[in-house]
Amino acid sequence: MASNPMYQFNVYRIGPEIKLGEVDLSFTNASLFMVISSLAVLIIFNLGSKKNSLIPNKIQLLAELSYTFVSKMISDTAGSKAKPYFSFIFSLFMFVLFCNMFGMIPYAFTVTSHIIVTFVLAAFIFFGVTIIGFIKHGFGYLKLFVPSGVPVVLLPLIVVIEVISYLSRPVSLSVRLFANMMAGHTMMKVFGGFVISLGIVGGWLPLGFSVALTGLEILVAFLQAYVFAILTCIYLNDALNLHH
Amino acid sequence: MFLRFSQIILICFLIISNAESAESGGMPQLNPEFWFSQIFWLIITFGIMFILLSKFVLPKISENLESRKAGILENIEAAEKQREESDKKLKEYEKLILESKIEAKNYFNKAREKILKDIDKKRENLEKDINDEISNAEKEILDLKNKSPEKIRKIAVETSSDLIKQLIGVDVNNSSISAIVEDVSRKTN
Repeated sequence: MASNPMYQFNVYRIGPEIKLGEVDLSFTNASLFMVISSLAVLIIFNLGSKKNSLIPNKIQLLAELSYTFVSKMISDTAGSKAKPYFSFIFSLFMFVLFCNMFGMIPYAFTVTSHIIVTFVLAAFIFFGVTIIGFIKHGFGYLKLFVPSGVPVVLLPLIVVIEVISYLSRPVSLSVRLFANMMAGHTMMKVFGGFVISLGIVGGWLPLGFSVALTGLEILVAFLQAYVFAILTCIYLNDALNLHH
Repeated sequence: MFLRFSQIILICFLIISNAESAESGGMPQLNPEFWFSQIFWLIITFGIMFILLSKFVLPKISENLESRKAGILENIEAAEKQREESDKKLKEYEKLILESKIEAKNYFNKAREKILKDIDKKRENLEKDINDEISNAEKEILDLKNKSPEKIRKIAVETSSDLIKQLIGVDVNNSSISAIVEDVSRKTN
């Protein structure tokens, strides 16, 4: 049923069924848009880095502005120690951004509107940051859960809260992106459905809403990619520069 | 943020109502059928993208940015140097112009002096010539003047002897005639 606002999130197989033992690894529409997004990122940034002219052309300017934008974001939030992780955060930001933006094309599939995708990314970041923290600080990394300047009486409570908040990071990170994307796309679908059901007479108001929502969703698509990347930077900052 | 939350709550409500009405409803996101496929393809696409970006593309962009920075600094330096040079050249040029102006003035003055001197010299020469001529002429005049009474006397003697000869047909002694003429001329004087 195409009128169901959740229909757009359906995943279906494209091409043959690929099975690895019991596990279904078929190529789906989600895979297609992952491929498209990563290819687009690669093509744009490859074109943007090919020619090195003193006065950059448009695509080179785009690539270089994105590079300096992400690099500034990382150095502002995580300091100079985070430099080795630049290419990962850059790839992450660009992947999420392009998946979000490709999702804004009508009839396109939004990869990031699936909790499993965002959760895998967030879990990878979570484990990666934790491992980096333990490598850099050893068991001293556990001091992250003991903020300085807290009365001893409150310490057990604070530590529990800190541990819970640390463990909930991947969940909050993934659910934030997934819920935002899903909510936005569902809203657009719902308003789009209103345009059809109210017809030529009453359809104009939801149409206007739809237009406004599209603008908002493009903003959200960028913002959520940015938030995803900057939270990764903040987590990385905790692991690299232990303040407590 | 509040708008976002209210949206999400609305969506959840819609989903729940959908799940009740349609058996195929609910969230496709929670259907685990393609979870492994999505994880698998996510790792593949993101991994390939990450490797290619970090190995080839990002170092190139960084290199481009660095080289641009270096190039711009170099250009600024060169521009500064050239400006200094042009300033120096300008000063030199001004100095040259000043010098040549002074020189031109000097030449002019010299030329004027020379011409004035020449003119003076020529005038002097000319004046000397003129004076010479004048003195010569005066001398001649004086000569003539000095010689004229004698000549006159001679002529007078000759004429008077001729006249006497014509009138009377007698040759008179020249000395007597000249004595008479002298007498006359003395009287007239």
